Amino acid sequence: MTVIETESLTKRYPRVTALDRLTVGIQPGVTGLVGANGAGKSTLIKILLGLSPATEGTAAVLGLDVATEGPRIRALVGYMPEHDCLPPDVSATEFVVHMARMAGLPATAARERTADTLRHVGLYEERYRPIGGYSTGMKQRVKLAQALVHDPKLVLLDEPTNGLDPVGRDEMLALIRRVHIDFGISVLVTSHLLGELERTSDQIVVIDGGKLLRASSTTDFTQATASLAVEVTDTDQHPDGTRAALDAFTVAGLTVHADGHLLLVDIADESTYDTVRDAVAALGLGLIRMEQRRHRIAEIFKSNQDKEGGSRDAA
Amino acid sequence: MPPEPTAAVAAATAPADNSRIHDIGYRHYDGTRLDRSYIRRSLFTQSLRGAYGLGRSAKSKVLPMILFAVMCLPAGIIDAVTVYTHMTKLPLEYTRYALYLQAVIGLFLAAQAPQSVSRDLRFKTVSLYFSRPMERIDYVIAKYGAMAAALFILTAAPLVILYAGALLAKLDFATQTAGFGKGLLAAALLSLLFGGIGLVLAALTPRRGFGVAAVIAAFTISYGAVTSVQGVAYQQGDHAAIGWLGLFSPVTLIDGVQTWWLGARSAFVGNYGPPNAVAGTLYLLVVLGLIAGSFALLMRRYRKVGLG
Repeated sequence: MTVIETESLTKRYPRVTALDRLTVGIQPGVTGLVGANGAGKSTLIKILLGLSPATEGTAAVLGLDVATEGPRIRALVGYMPEHDCLPPDVSATEFVVHMARMAGLPATAARERTADTLRHVGLYEERYRPIGGYSTGMKQRVKLAQALVHDPKLVLLDEPTNGLDPVGRDEMLALIRRVHIDFGISVLVTSHLLGELERTSDQIVVIDGGKLLRASSTTDFTQATASLAVEVTDTDQHPDGTRAALDAFTVAGLTVHADGHLLLVDIADESTYDTVRDAVAALGLGLIRMEQRRHRIAEIFKSNQDKEGGSRDAA
Repeated sequence: MPPEPTAAVAAATAPADNSRIHDIGYRHYDGTRLDRSYIRRSLFTQSLRGAYGLGRSAKSKVLPMILFAVMCLPAGIIDAVTVYTHMTKLPLEYTRYALYLQAVIGLFLAAQAPQSVSRDLRFKTVSLYFSRPMERIDYVIAKYGAMAAALFILTAAPLVILYAGALLAKLDFATQTAGFGKGLLAAALLSLLFGGIGLVLAALTPRRGFGVAAVIAAFTISYGAVTSVQGVAYQQGDHAAIGWLGLFSPVTLIDGVQTWWLGARSAFVGNYGPPNAVAGTLYLLVVLGLIAGSFALLMRRYRKVGLG
């Protein structure tokens, strides 16, 4: 089943085309929606919630047409905005209970779900204090809780790690992972930072200038350009083992980059592993490390953009 | 498919002390999900309670409760005087009460209208409302309804006290009931009119202070201007002009309507109400038009807000 499906989705504002014939299918799981600021991420979310009509094309969320079934979609979807959206003078509990009722939950259920949800996002005693005194990380948790409180099938998280320090960022990403793994809720999470989504997402969709740049599973994304990190010992015969191995690999026809004591070998195909093993054995060096390295998505994104830039220049 | 939530196993390691919190895992909600009318009602109730500071901090209860007391106190005094001095009728008409205490109503509106709408705009909570099943019209109906209901409670409560006092003093039942009914009708119209104008002004700005100032200014300046020009007209003996001038401020609009349609005694200078049927009709049309216009303007205001 596809969670989100768009077909030639286009959104034009008087001055700018925010989405340009976007066709993408998103599967259950955690999906990272990556793009620079102004790439069309927020526009896409508005359309998916049925709050902004598309200029052209169609989109469906959980099998419901965004053009006609907005209210039904919003009953099944949770939304966490990028911006601050919390009143400072009420407590997290009061606020989330209210938002649960605004999603159609009866009063008793709203209170129970609020208690559960706040605990799951990691807010305990502080939930009775006014939100105004919370840290950014706690506020982000309240925002996530109000998106989860009505037990949606899908949550749309707009830049949930914005403004968090590295620790808070990791905690939020772990929480997002749990939303899918433990709660069974699909997640669409946007970010302009590629690295963090790489660890969290099952699939990555990259958009740029309202166009789809790439959509595939995270493994596909990184495997395409995987490399092998090799570290070897020095011996009496080869006082600089790294250097010797580098030369041997190059002679064997591999593409190698030296990174200090590490040699990064591009994996052309399965035989690369054998070639590396044989070359090291032939030199009589000890093999300390031989591990697969994924390129970071950022590099792929960058090379994609370079290509894109190149073709633009050519055109 | 996503895995089922895992049940917890903490019990196995838990000692006799059963006060510890167990992680019972995530539970899905498969209970009822109510429709838009429930959501609208919930928002209405929350906003109405909020107008009196209920469900909010102790500090935010102070002003509305004081104003409510101030609004009711004169009615209690009038009752006491009526009962003890054995008056044959109340010293004032039910319809006149709100006009005497219009400053209190104005203050209440100025404080509570921004509280109701500016906060949602300022803290951008509106985007959360609109990401839920409700539509724009649900939000506007709930907020407008709650503000009007809060004002109605404020203006009708003293009338109830007056009526109770009148019955205690054994005044003529039929006359008192008719007067009370007219008073309630006028109070309802006033609540809708004031609530609409107050919310439109408050929703213009996310800054609460500006909202408060705008509401106070709109009501006092228009009332001040109208009464002073009416004073001039009275000096010059132009009694018809007095009746027409009342069209230009909210308070005098209500006065005109209740004078022409409910047979109340006008509070305009010299007690000159709307001069003829055309004026009388126009008063009613302007009031209804302003109410409808306020609603339309609020709808328009929130069209742009969306997810902000």
